[in-house]
Amino acid sequence: MATTNEYTPSTTTGRLANFVDSRVGASGMVKEFGRKVFPDHWSFMFGEVALYTFVLLLLSGTFLTFFFDPSMTHVTYNGSYVPLKGIGMSAAMASTMDISFDVRGGLFMRQVHHWSALLFVASLSVHMLRVFFTGAFRRPRELNWVVGGVLLIMGLAAGFTGYSLPDDLLSGNGLRIIDGVMKALPIVGTYLSMFFFGGEFPGVHVIPRLYSLHIMIVPAVIILLLVIHLFMVVTHKHTQYPGPGRTNDNVVGFPVGPVYAAKAGGFFFIVFGIVAFISGLFQINPIWNYGPYDPSPVSAGTQPDWYIGFVDGALRLMPGYLGNFSFEWIIPFPWGDNTLVLSVLLPALVPAGALFMVMFAWPWIERWVTKDNREHHLLDRPRNAPFRTAMGAAGVVFYSVMWAAASSDLIATHFHVALNDVAYWLRILFFLGPIFAFWITRRICLSLQRKDREIVLHGREAGIIQMSPEGGFSEKHEEVDVYKRFLLTSYNDNKYIPAQPDAAGHVSGTEKRRAALSKFFFEDRVAPVTPSELEAAHAAHGHHEVEGEKQDSIEK
Amino acid sequence: MGDHSHGSPEESGTVAKADDVAQDRFPDPGLPPHRPRLADRDPRAAKRHERQVALLFTISIIGTLFFFVAYFVLGHLGEMTFAELRVQNAALGLGTAFAMLGIGVGIVHWAKTLMPDHELVEQRHEISSEKDRQDAVDIIDTVIEETGIKRRPLIRNTLIGAIALAPIPAIFMFRDLDRTGKTAHQMIEQMRHTLWDTGVRLTRDPSGTPIKASDVQLGSAFHVIPEGLENAENMLNEKAKAVVLLMRMDPQEMNISAGREDWHVDGIVAYSKICTHVGCPIALYEQHTHHLLCPCHQSTFDLANECKVVFGPAGHALPQLPITVDADGYLVAQSDFHEPVGPSYWERG
Repeated sequence: MATTNEYTPSTTTGRLANFVDSRVGASGMVKEFGRKVFPDHWSFMFGEVALYTFVLLLLSGTFLTFFFDPSMTHVTYNGSYVPLKGIGMSAAMASTMDISFDVRGGLFMRQVHHWSALLFVASLSVHMLRVFFTGAFRRPRELNWVVGGVLLIMGLAAGFTGYSLPDDLLSGNGLRIIDGVMKALPIVGTYLSMFFFGGEFPGVHVIPRLYSLHIMIVPAVIILLLVIHLFMVVTHKHTQYPGPGRTNDNVVGFPVGPVYAAKAGGFFFIVFGIVAFISGLFQINPIWNYGPYDPSPVSAGTQPDWYIGFVDGALRLMPGYLGNFSFEWIIPFPWGDNTLVLSVLLPALVPAGALFMVMFAWPWIERWVTKDNREHHLLDRPRNAPFRTAMGAAGVVFYSVMWAAASSDLIATHFHVALNDVAYWLRILFFLGPIFAFWITRRICLSLQRKDREIVLHGREAGIIQMSPEGGFSEKHEEVDVYKRFLLTSYNDNKYIPAQPDAAGHVSGTEKRRAALSKFFFEDRVAPVTPSELEAAHAAHGHHEVEGEKQDSIEK
Repeated sequence: MGDHSHGSPEESGTVAKADDVAQDRFPDPGLPPHRPRLADRDPRAAKRHERQVALLFTISIIGTLFFFVAYFVLGHLGEMTFAELRVQNAALGLGTAFAMLGIGVGIVHWAKTLMPDHELVEQRHEISSEKDRQDAVDIIDTVIEETGIKRRPLIRNTLIGAIALAPIPAIFMFRDLDRTGKTAHQMIEQMRHTLWDTGVRLTRDPSGTPIKASDVQLGSAFHVIPEGLENAENMLNEKAKAVVLLMRMDPQEMNISAGREDWHVDGIVAYSKICTHVGCPIALYEQHTHHLLCPCHQSTFDLANECKVVFGPAGHALPQLPITVDADGYLVAQSDFHEPVGPSYWERG
């Protein structure tokens, strides 16, 4: 195509760039992303940590695949680690031993891989908590919230499939537990276990199968979801924290080039450096201490990797019997008795299932209760959404109780308390903990909001003591500046919406339930200070009268 | 696009509109004025930051060099002792950490101190305009119309049928994930049986030496496997079902139910070691309470009460292996277990 005034570059870089651009049209990309604005806040880093640890997982994992032999063929170990010499084990375990002891830097790479995996799931989780507590999942980002939730589940899947690969004693017992949980599933469970292990547990097939899931299927799904996730972030533009000059229609922040790219790019190296530091100095998964898998021995005080802990803890919390009543139900059928293993099924499926269901559905639940279908690009400060923050805290406590239960034996030995008492207390907390967490968190949020009101109405304490002509002492209060005042007064204030009749004038049952939930969430609320209130406070001169007079109108 | 670094905040284009005031809200004062950093005003401070960044990059270079020292000098081909390996691993980690942190901290420091810190303002756009949405709907309508699928239900219905059926073979392909070559019925039957049988000797795990009744002292516990386990096909599979705990307690302290009176040898009892919860080996025997504890999920079984569950998530008692003594005084099994060992499953009954 002949053009009249084609751009002619003068430098080598320019010629290269021009070559690429005139063939693939890269200038459009540069125009789109070169100065794209990203808001800056420390809490936005958790997603980045997840992304970067995933990159580290790909790098270290690829290295490991070059040496790992995913086979359960029986071999005799003859490597450098003397205590296990001559011991029979699977080729998977032997090659993991070789990576640790006979490949230089192999142990380091194993530790980088394992620590990155732990950090990957941790940063995913914290990132999701950040998104939840700031309300970043609201329209238009509901679908990205769901994609993020699936990414978390895939992170768990990646961790679990990888954890089992070395075929050591600890991971073998983990598989044994999976076998037990699978077998508990009614009707299909036994077959599922047979298909998974290629016959009876442990068999010789499960490691290669987990391997193809771990290095191919699961990472491929993660990469796909990651691309979708980031694509949606670009489409929506990033959310931003509220503040003066930051509106629902703009994005205030640093341009990608150079500041944001430098900070985010530099941060990759920081994450890498910290993971390398941990991997160099802190031992993780010393399989040579555990030995090869054998169905007979087990070490006391075994712990799963932290992210599996909440399910393992739920398994521990469930009582097999209540008095003489067994949770293994034997159901008589015409063809014989079948067993419904509720003592395993309930804890393995229900708490985790409920947690993820509520998590996935939350954007829609909140939209339904608040009747708020607007787009939200400004984040909430968690205190300004007491109902949501309280729900989140309840969820965190629910999760944490189960998580703590996974270490009930270590809690008992470290604090010298009876193991059974730990379990009893955790069972009580399992039910009451979330309720207390909800209630306390909501009270804290409302108090913080009142504190914000007070700061706006009466100013901040200046630290200057004044003496009145009568001899009384008082502290001088300074009015906050307009920027701070705007931040403290400009939040999205949800109100209780009573049940509304539909077009036919009928109030449906669903609408009544919505109204009940809305009342439960928003009955107690603290409204932001309005200019007229502030004026009244100024006019009254003394702030105590203002507080007393306004108390009723603040809380409805 | 407003850039608040120039002009006053009121001119940044982000000032709230009048209707906000009408709602009795404080007006948006716009972005706070930009505060210059030290390096923006003082060239010497900027020079100092420049040197700091360069120093951090130099630390990274040193870290990389240190990695090679760790790789070649602290490590070598052939066998390394565990102590050498630990030192090398720590050194590799520290070398990499400094190499990476030097770059990372350097770049971030550079960005924070020397690159402009003016925040920019960009407007958000609609995700898709109503015009685009209408156009898209029109296109989809046209496409559907041109296929004629609405007018020809025969094509539509047979296509739905074909697509619904087509993936089913792909699911059935996975039938042979089970590599035993046995029918479901045979497999369920196999799960009920272990290597234990009439006259099979109880031997120590892992040495395989047989156990005399006289070896088993009051209060002692043995980890037991059936004789000949090491020669079994699928040794681990058999071991996962057959491992047994052997203990001895005073017969007076034991509650023995009808039909099990002769399952023990003078207080020597054998129980499956596989937890009936989810199958961990039950490794802990507390002698003075005669309780067995599973270290995985803390299911606790009472040996004096035929290993009934006294605490934890297990849903039924441990299966007991009936034992007796052979002519040479060795402990042998009377038969296989009378019920399936290990975790419960649907077909267990």
